Amino acid sequence: MIALAQAGRDLRIAFRSRGEAAHPLAFFALAATLFGLGLGSDLETLGLVAVVAIWVIALLSCMLAAESLFRRDFEDGTLEQMLLHGRPVFLAVLGKLAAHWCVSGLPLVLFAPLVGFMLQAPAQALPVLTLSLLIGTPTLTMVGAVAAALTAGLGRGGLLVALIALPLYVPVLVFGAGASVVAASGLSALPQLLWLLAMLAAAVTFAPFAVGFALRLSQEY
Amino acid sequence: MSRLGAFVHRLGSPRWFFDMTKPWLAGLAIIGIALLIVGTVWGLVFAPEDYQQGNSFRIIYVHVPTAHLAEALYLAMGVAGVVLLVWRMKLADMFIAVTAPVGMAITGVALLTGAIWGKPTWGAWWVWDARTTSVLVLFFLYLGLMVLREAIPGRERAGRAVAVLAIVGTVNVPIIKYSVDWWLTLHQPSSFSLTEQPTMPVEMWLPLLVNVIGFYCSVAAVVLAGLRNEILERESDTVWVRDWLQRAQSGSGS
Repeated sequence: MIALAQAGRDLRIAFRSRGEAAHPLAFFALAATLFGLGLGSDLETLGLVAVVAIWVIALLSCMLAAESLFRRDFEDGTLEQMLLHGRPVFLAVLGKLAAHWCVSGLPLVLFAPLVGFMLQAPAQALPVLTLSLLIGTPTLTMVGAVAAALTAGLGRGGLLVALIALPLYVPVLVFGAGASVVAASGLSALPQLLWLLAMLAAAVTFAPFAVGFALRLSQEY
Repeated sequence: MSRLGAFVHRLGSPRWFFDMTKPWLAGLAIIGIALLIVGTVWGLVFAPEDYQQGNSFRIIYVHVPTAHLAEALYLAMGVAGVVLLVWRMKLADMFIAVTAPVGMAITGVALLTGAIWGKPTWGAWWVWDARTTSVLVLFFLYLGLMVLREAIPGRERAGRAVAVLAIVGTVNVPIIKYSVDWWLTLHQPSSFSLTEQPTMPVEMWLPLLVNVIGFYCSVAAVVLAGLRNEILERESDTVWVRDWLQRAQSGSGS
């Protein structure tokens, strides 16, 4: 219940500031364009690295979006109320993260086939690329949220969040990009996708608690 | 209270820990350095050549112990993180603060020796093999812990935030451990295990064992020395530290 209420509130806020909600997607498209521009003269190489490039760009996009996840709530005191309302904090956090992923992660997943098409990714890799992003980006959001929560209220996000979150992203990237590469060579990517699912299950189970705990710390001075 | 319980209870007191560990420090340092000298000379001079890798294999006498320690220290910080969050033990926070730079340096040595060994053996200084990459990630995890501690104002809050990150990062350690089995790439399987029959002859294996224990003892001595300094610094406004300093200054310090 509390999770749904929190998710509903965050989605409403996102809907009312639509421009801001489009930032991650715009970043995704722009970075992919730069990649295409850099390697565009060599279509064959571009096709080889496209799926990995898309995964890395999606990863950076998720991280940058997660970085400001708690900033506004911290500044206007909403975060304090979220921690004080007496209902389980991890449920509220779960709702918040779900809403955040719907706004910042899901659009990337939906646009990934188009971007993959533009970057000359092998056609047989596109379904697995999309599926791996669908399973992988929520994990990225969860882990990024832990880093964002640990640094909430410090007034210096950006690189600090990157330094903390990027090493933790490595397993997701290995299996996500790995699944897409395997699919591009025409083999079954099922093992990698199952690993991604396992990591998602672990992240959904543990990350909200870590985020809740870290957010409590952010209120201490 | 059981003896173990009493011991753990006393660990909550930095002063008790400080007084108790004085003799340990010298002991660990002497044993560690002695073992390192014995193991290194034995390994570099007397151990037989490898029939495939020749003399270049001898770097394992530094590489394997540091690679082991790189993982073990991070794991220890994860455990200390749990101890800090559950029991609020100040000593655990100090342990994490002291261990992070030590662990990062050890991880750097493991990466460096790995690169030096890789050049004659694999023909490249750096290979994006699953295991080397994981150790590099471990290096960045250590870095993240230190950066986070610096960024957060307030020692207690910083300590607990770092503990959370240490626990989350510990998830990475088993991935390092098993990545060789998962991906089976360039890196040879682990050459040293306490539970399994070694895959190399005794003359090669024994000096390695000596060096592993030597490295563990030396690093324990370094961490312990750092921990004792940290205790003095953090407790510097207490009576017992002032007394201790006075005694130390008058030449009879203990």
